Amino acid sequence: MPPSAAEYQNRTLDTMCVNESTLTHKWYHNLKYLAVGIIFGITFVKAEIISWYRIQEMFRFQSFHMYGVIGTAVLTGIVSVWLIKRTGVKTIYGERIEFHDKKFNKGQIIGGLLFGFGWAITGACPGPLFAQIGAGTLVVAATLLSAIAGTWVYGYFRDRLPH
Amino acid sequence: MLHITQPWPWYVAGVVAGLTVPALLLLGNKHFGISANLRHVCAACIPGRVRFFDYNWKKEMWNLFFAAGIIVGGYLASQYLSTSDPVVLHPDLKKELALYGITEHAGLLPKQLFSLETLFSLKGFLLFIVGGFLVGFGARYAGGCTSGHAIMGLSTLQWPSLVATISFMIGGLIMANIVLPLILSL
Repeated sequence: MPPSAAEYQNRTLDTMCVNESTLTHKWYHNLKYLAVGIIFGITFVKAEIISWYRIQEMFRFQSFHMYGVIGTAVLTGIVSVWLIKRTGVKTIYGERIEFHDKKFNKGQIIGGLLFGFGWAITGACPGPLFAQIGAGTLVVAATLLSAIAGTWVYGYFRDRLPH
Repeated sequence: MLHITQPWPWYVAGVVAGLTVPALLLLGNKHFGISANLRHVCAACIPGRVRFFDYNWKKEMWNLFFAAGIIVGGYLASQYLSTSDPVVLHPDLKKELALYGITEHAGLLPKQLFSLETLFSLKGFLLFIVGGFLVGFGARYAGGCTSGHAIMGLSTLQWPSLVATISFMIGGLIMANIVLPLILSL
């Protein structure tokens, strides 16, 4: 069922996909996303992306590594998206792949800066936090819980913040 | 060159990470964005009466499975695919960290910082709690983190994502070079 207007508005504020499958799947269809996540998590650890040191080196311009990772990822993504658009390929269920333009708002700047502060302090953005916990650095659970708290506080004060 | 227990070079990791974008699109029209999971957890567990968390989070279950996969992948890689060689640091970073008493570099994160004892200190409070809070608050305020904006957003040529990515970097540069030394000196 397509989302109601209010829910649509709520969801487009984010990176959340508003494109929905009109098919309803059983829960185990989500296992393929688990599989992609596993590959991603392995890559995070193997390429030291989860390393606090690598992030510090990145922000001190002492190493090209993280710029290389992000840059290559972006290039790969750009080429992939272009190919998808060009060939009109569909999802494995035969549905159209859709893209929506993001709207600019001041949050990208203010929130972006704040996120950058947190990224440098913790040496991690959300993805690596999950991988670090998996890799056994359990104190990072405190960071993750704080990140959830931060998310909640944002949601609570959202209407009072400049956008 | 690409031995399974040695660290992977950036051009391999970058390609694999980048391929997550088409993989998620092809598997089900899903847009890559990890920080959204923090929002889904709020919506699922502590929505309160906050409109921002008033949506059908169950439709985003795929992303929670993805995040769970990251945890599993982290476990598998650290248990079975890693060496116990100490991580190689830039000598200047090593010198700087020595100033703060951080000298043990056996793992990917300095265990002198990432320990339970540090957590319960002022330094730890700033590093974990304040740092984590900023990651969560900032990502949501910006509408995404590095995966959603820097990778997915730039892959789809969204200029607001470029603004966000640049802001991430400026924020990080300021914090790492100016403020973090103060925190680590505590």
